[in-house]
Amino acid sequence: MIALLIRDLRLATRAGGGFGLGVAFFLILSALVPFGVGPDRATLAPVAPGILWVGALLACLLSLDRIFALDHEDGSLDLLATAPLPLEAAVAIKALAHWITTGLPLVVSAPLFGILLQLPVQAMPWLVASLALGTPALSMLGAFGAAITVGLRRGGLLLSLLVLPLYIPTLIFGAEITRRGAEGMATATPLMFLAGITLGVLALIPFAAAAALRVNLR
Amino acid sequence: MSIWEYANPTKFMRTTEGLLPWLVGSAVLCSVGGVFWGFLTPEDFRQGSTVKIVFLHVPAAMMAINIWVMMLVASLIWIIRRHHVSALAAKAAAPIGAIMTLIALATGAIWGQPMWGTWWEWDPRLTSFLILFLFYVGYIALWAAVEDPDSAADLTGVLCLVGSVFALLSRYAVLFWNQGLHQGASLSVQSGERMSSVYRYPLYLAMLGFFLLFLALLLIRTRTEIRRRRLAALQAREMRA
Repeated sequence: MIALLIRDLRLATRAGGGFGLGVAFFLILSALVPFGVGPDRATLAPVAPGILWVGALLACLLSLDRIFALDHEDGSLDLLATAPLPLEAAVAIKALAHWITTGLPLVVSAPLFGILLQLPVQAMPWLVASLALGTPALSMLGAFGAAITVGLRRGGLLLSLLVLPLYIPTLIFGAEITRRGAEGMATATPLMFLAGITLGVLALIPFAAAAALRVNLR
Repeated sequence: MSIWEYANPTKFMRTTEGLLPWLVGSAVLCSVGGVFWGFLTPEDFRQGSTVKIVFLHVPAAMMAINIWVMMLVASLIWIIRRHHVSALAAKAAAPIGAIMTLIALATGAIWGQPMWGTWWEWDPRLTSFLILFLFYVGYIALWAAVEDPDSAADLTGVLCLVGSVFALLSRYAVLFWNQGLHQGASLSVQSGERMSSVYRYPLYLAMLGFFLLFLALLLIRTRTEIRRRRLAALQAREMRA
């Protein structure tokens, strides 16, 4: 399992732009929003939690099709499926590798983009906490979508159509935590909901994703 | 009579052929009758004539949810026991469900304009219906994208299972996110308060009509899917010969 994780991380970094791409996308988004809605603090600050979370969603979506597509093309996915490691575990590891290359950099760099979008300082810890809790679920759900669309020729658009509705609960609670943090309200309830969703997703989705992969490898 | 008998497409085709005219007839009678009876009801003293859209809105919304549940059950039957007709029925039901969701959203918007003063509001019920519509669209798109019919049935089945959980989750998550403008249920078994029987009986008829309409459309579409599958098999045989 660890060997697979290291292999995936190495592939992601050596293929170029593994770590940086999601963050760069996030930066561009944060730079574009003020052009769209205007630069005043009064307009930016209330929408900042939502923009940051939607940005995280889209940045995550960008690299999803790479989770399985390359391995499917060169045949290593078939080897993984026949390896002694259960396919469910392989899926979980690949989702983890995806999270380390896209989710983790976002979590770490999010406060920077929060400053760009005039997010109040007291909301920063909550932004980081909600992203840290929520993005693993995004990667796991994305792995499920990637597993469903892996054999398809025009999978990219379909992937976003399938995956984005699944992101809605995570987005609602994640943005809610940040918003409440910005307004100085209690954040415990949405935090617990978000943690519950993430844990449930991490526990159950690998099975669904592995089932979809088996169908596609048949 | 068991559903496993109808895993045989020939048996399914033969039975539904006799059933279909009756089903279509009663569906047209009940839904048209219910909606027109609804139009003859007196005007509500607060809502005026706009109340009459309820005879389209409520049955469509009810079917929109129930069709997804039916697709979930059909997908489960396919995944567990490889019931081919069941998989095709789930495929056939999806566009009907999507249209029902659209009807519910559209009639709701038309009613909401004079009553709430807005076409659209990010209310939990409206939002969860929009999300439901997105799930329908994704499901239909996945069916269209996968070429091998059995793989398509498997993948959409898995998607339907996961999607059901998340549709339900979203339904309650949006409650958390925004408080509602939409009124509570007008028909309820438990609560004592009910709508007047003047409106209730036409509404029941319209709901029955929409249910029958769904059944009739479902059978027609499933029969089409079976014929399409047979045609594909014939063409494949032709190619080999």
